Amino acid sequence: MARLKFLCDADRCIDCNACVTACKNENEVPWGINRRRVVTINDGKPGERSVSMACMHCTDAPCAAVCPVSCIFSTDDGVVLHSKDLCIGCGYCFYACPFGAPQYPKIGNFGSRGKMDKCTYCAGGGGNEVSGSVAEFKKYGSNRLAQGKLPLCAEMCSTKSLLAGDGEIIAQIYKERVLTRGYGSGAWGWMTAYHEGIAT
Amino acid sequence: MNGLKFMRAKGALAMLLAFIALTCTPPAMAEEHAPDGAPKPDASAVHEATLLQQAPRIEGRIDIPDTRASVLMQPAGRRWDYFHEFTLHRMGAIIILGMIALLAAAYIIVGRIRISAGRSGKKIQRFTLFERFSHWLTAVSFVILGLTGLNITFGKILLRPLMGAEAFSNLAQWAKYVHNFVSFAFVLGLILIVSLWLKDNIPRAVDIDWIRQGGGFIKSKHAPAGRFNAGEKAVFWCALGAGAAVSISGFLLLFPFYVTNIAGMQAAQVIHAIIAILFVALIIAHIYIGTLGMEGAFEAMGTGEVDLNWAKEHHDQWLTERLAKQGVRQP
Repeated sequence: MARLKFLCDADRCIDCNACVTACKNENEVPWGINRRRVVTINDGKPGERSVSMACMHCTDAPCAAVCPVSCIFSTDDGVVLHSKDLCIGCGYCFYACPFGAPQYPKIGNFGSRGKMDKCTYCAGGGGNEVSGSVAEFKKYGSNRLAQGKLPLCAEMCSTKSLLAGDGEIIAQIYKERVLTRGYGSGAWGWMTAYHEGIAT
Repeated sequence: MNGLKFMRAKGALAMLLAFIALTCTPPAMAEEHAPDGAPKPDASAVHEATLLQQAPRIEGRIDIPDTRASVLMQPAGRRWDYFHEFTLHRMGAIIILGMIALLAAAYIIVGRIRISAGRSGKKIQRFTLFERFSHWLTAVSFVILGLTGLNITFGKILLRPLMGAEAFSNLAQWAKYVHNFVSFAFVLGLILIVSLWLKDNIPRAVDIDWIRQGGGFIKSKHAPAGRFNAGEKAVFWCALGAGAAVSISGFLLLFPFYVTNIAGMQAAQVIHAIIAILFVALIIAHIYIGTLGMEGAFEAMGTGEVDLNWAKEHHDQWLTERLAKQGVRQP
């Protein structure tokens, strides 16, 4: 069984935000919700790097652990999904998430955040909706995984900086890249998300 | 796995330090060149590990207005997870169950503290209607806040398996809203209590004597006290301190990210949870002594009137003052 992961090769990311747009369009997420974002570090300085970040679908996902109603879980593929029917909008997953992935429709005064929304790895939702159904799409967005496709953000990445797929395969691709070009700033977030880096 | 837990335990301290390190900025870097003069593409490239050594979080520029999204990575989230799922669960269970066990032991060993001279049949007013209202406003809201708060931490372990996922989620949703809005009643009650009883809770010389005489728990000795004894004063000051701490941290959680960042939100939750657990344990003891633990104590907050002999045994100096005042009015 594959262990699905994301990998952003920061030496290739050009901050074009195509992944962000692809995600928004594919999943038809409401205004104000950003399942994926690009953060530029040391903007305008030598050595500037941009990293595209969304839910990393962590091993031992901290969001799932802290959820007071246990509505977040990992699938057999390692994708972290949740049920919006069970979510109470407490905001704890955002405090626990190392990557700022959980999103809420509202700001959240008096606990009025609404149901949490986050990257589903384009794998639909973790609720009772039928896989690939209209109801599922409306609540959680696209279910490309059920069609044998990978997340659209990675598929559309103009520089192939953002990789999605089996963790071992994308790690191998990254290793080969680093070897060929002679440098690499590392697999961002991997230590925190998966308790392992990529030795190059 | 053990190594990981050790890292996480060590990290608990680092989480508090995260707040202090907030203002850390990475040092300025100059562009480096290869021997042929061409810029090296990776020469001054930022590295994740280096950035995390410099600051607890990696932050950068974003193209969206949501400033929270500028934090690329905050590994402290996993430490907060560890606190919430390991430390808090165990600490909470030990402190609350420990307090209940302690009180059960006290009930078995010491038993109910009786009015040794028996009831006199004469009553004297101890708390006015407004004082009782303030107390019960605080008390009822505290119990509601305590139960709904414990549900957030322990509900998924204790109630979810019994109720089923959907019913429990509905309950937790309601509990969340109740917790958020009843908080205002509690804060109001706390302000009333403090303004009514602050004067009578200032420590005095007689309190030392009260402690020396065993605080009324030793039957052969008499512990002198004014309107409030040293034990009640301790509860008052603890309730004031804990009440202020849970109120302030609670309001930070109620209005997320207005005055603080992610580290501040985590710290607010940690403080809120730890203080609240201790507060619950304190109030369980307070409820015990006010009901089961002492004969004649509950009526002070119930009807507002206490038996004269009870007052003589527990608040002799206050009784003397009260009788003297009444004596002036009724010659």
